[in-house]
Amino acid sequence: MSSDYFIPDPEGQVPNTEGYFGAFGGKFIPEALVAAVDEVAVEYEKAKSDPAFASELNGLMVDYTGRPSALTEVSRFAEHAGGARVFLKREDLNHTGSHKINNVLGQALLTKRMGKTRVIAETGAGQHGVATATACALFGLQCTIYMGEIDTQRQALNVARMRMLGAEVVAVKSGSRTLKDAINEAFRDWVANVDRTHYLFGTVAGPHPFPAMVRDFHRVIGVEARRQILERAGRLPDAAVACVGGGSNAIGLFHAFIPDAGVRLVGCEPAGHGIETGEHAATLTAGEPGILHGSRSYVLQDDEGQITEPYSISAGLDYPGVGPEHSYLKDSGRGEYRAVTDDAAMQALRLLSRTEGIIPAIESAHALAGALEVGRELGKDGLILVNLSGRGDKDMDTAARYFGLYDTDARVEADASADNGAAEIQGDAK
Amino acid sequence: MSGNIQLLNDTLAAARNEERAALVAYLPAGFPTVDVGIEAVKAAFDGGADVVEVGLPHSDPVLDGPVIQTADDIALRGGVRIADVMRTVREAHAATGKPVLVMTYWNPIDRYGVERFTSELAEAGGAGCILPDLPVEEAGLWREHAEKHGLATVFVVAPSSKDARLAKITAAGSGFVYAASLMGVTGTRESVGEQAQDLVRRTRATTALPVCVGLGVSNPAQAAEVAAFADGVIVGSAFVKRMLDAPDDGAAVAAVRELAGELARGVRGKS
Repeated sequence: MSSDYFIPDPEGQVPNTEGYFGAFGGKFIPEALVAAVDEVAVEYEKAKSDPAFASELNGLMVDYTGRPSALTEVSRFAEHAGGARVFLKREDLNHTGSHKINNVLGQALLTKRMGKTRVIAETGAGQHGVATATACALFGLQCTIYMGEIDTQRQALNVARMRMLGAEVVAVKSGSRTLKDAINEAFRDWVANVDRTHYLFGTVAGPHPFPAMVRDFHRVIGVEARRQILERAGRLPDAAVACVGGGSNAIGLFHAFIPDAGVRLVGCEPAGHGIETGEHAATLTAGEPGILHGSRSYVLQDDEGQITEPYSISAGLDYPGVGPEHSYLKDSGRGEYRAVTDDAAMQALRLLSRTEGIIPAIESAHALAGALEVGRELGKDGLILVNLSGRGDKDMDTAARYFGLYDTDARVEADASADNGAAEIQGDAK
Repeated sequence: MSGNIQLLNDTLAAARNEERAALVAYLPAGFPTVDVGIEAVKAAFDGGADVVEVGLPHSDPVLDGPVIQTADDIALRGGVRIADVMRTVREAHAATGKPVLVMTYWNPIDRYGVERFTSELAEAGGAGCILPDLPVEEAGLWREHAEKHGLATVFVVAPSSKDARLAKITAAGSGFVYAASLMGVTGTRESVGEQAQDLVRRTRATTALPVCVGLGVSNPAQAAEVAAFADGVIVGSAFVKRMLDAPDDGAAVAAVRELAGELARGVRGKS
């Protein structure tokens, strides 16, 4: 098999050796983690130039993940996008149901190379947690997943999946009880257990080398999609569209298109109830540069550097930070970022389900809603590539409550067994 | 107006001349309220602390265990601001004449402005700052302003720090070196591991700065144990825990004074 699926950035212009993408990135970590983070950087550099690493990872991407992922044209959905042609990059069809497995397999192999026996990870929607628990089962690694208590409630199915795979799932009760707090708790664990533990970070944020390394593991998304759309449509798309929480699926899609000046890179952030309400997680749209979780990037914060609580109906996007390369793309003007409300995302979720028979994750539905807008702007000659980063099975309870899909009896039963978190989501969404 | 780095240096030198370790207490500003927090700092000095670190509460204290997280939450819900931290430093120093430092995560200073923060801290009579998530490589701007304003830059070293790195860190620091006794977050522990003694020995090989040990020290016996090999003993969570457990503000302040007294005997080898 000659196809390559592990395709680190061949140009390597950013980040620089200190981990900076222009003004963003770096390594803001406690001294206790410096040795471990440096070890990751050294080991990753070695792995990048080791044919055995690439070969093993490529093999897993084919035989385990199921790469290459499909490119699906969605013409019935596209009728609502100003008549533009719309193609979906089907990362939802990967094993475990999202793009997250690309990064997880790479870092799991790295964990083995470092001789570590335990993996910890944070998760929001549970997609990264499920992918991590999966890789740990495959490689026989001990696994602990930190998840905000609110997220364990709204993504209960994924909690069960992780436990089925043998992972310990810790519900984090501090702060806003969502993704940010799960990351805080994972860092606390890592500081205390760093000797034998790798922190398998799930997005393109965090201290150097994580933003560059996680990007490299996801570059395959854009490299494949670029080749596929050239074959299918005969030209490059006018826009590549992806949702942005921490930004891993977006950078994975965008990166191969950065040199293609004619391709707009459109990141869709969660506007929650609307930017003007303050209840959102649109970090690039409404944040200011600051430091969160080990790097400088845009951050949702107050005037004294306290991180403000984010909100999104989507657990995977409910994060007050964003990867530093996105901040770099925003400030350089190469990337454009817009905010999509809960309601717009949920309408797009239903629209794709009913026009194409594909139920997307609520995260990915933000990209679909953005694509509908971009399509109307481009008109019928437009060509849009959307990263369908994950499937929606995990979101059926949230969606059923949002759209009132439960029978009355079932709804009563579900409400009776529901926790406050899920009930709040329902109330908020209506 | 210059900050009080010299007062800090003199205080630590005086303890060394008395052939004892210094007692360094940590208390978060604004906990349980700004005014009671100030009384608690004064009580720590009154009980026998040589130096106090005033914590700037943060929304995301990734290096703190549950006790200090709880105190930070209470302080932030009470609306504590950087101006309140400065007031805490000013009033505690003015009332006691003792060295007061600030301990903070980096983002609040980054956002507030390094020049603004350092000039205000010096003006308030502060002696310096401990910045546990600012590695030496990113500390250039801070050090420039701290030096200009007469403030100490206290770096943290950890058991995982290799010798070459220890030398790099201690060369950039001033005031003292904060040696983390173990790999972990703040909080009380049953025992102080032998990692601490090894780290102090390795750190001293690189610098003449005093080396103070923190993380996990909570009682006079541990303080005495650490005092036998370090220049100072740093205690935080144990103070905060006593305050959290106290039935009212008066009892909380009294508990700080009492624990400081016990620990002050500990650092003199009298547990």
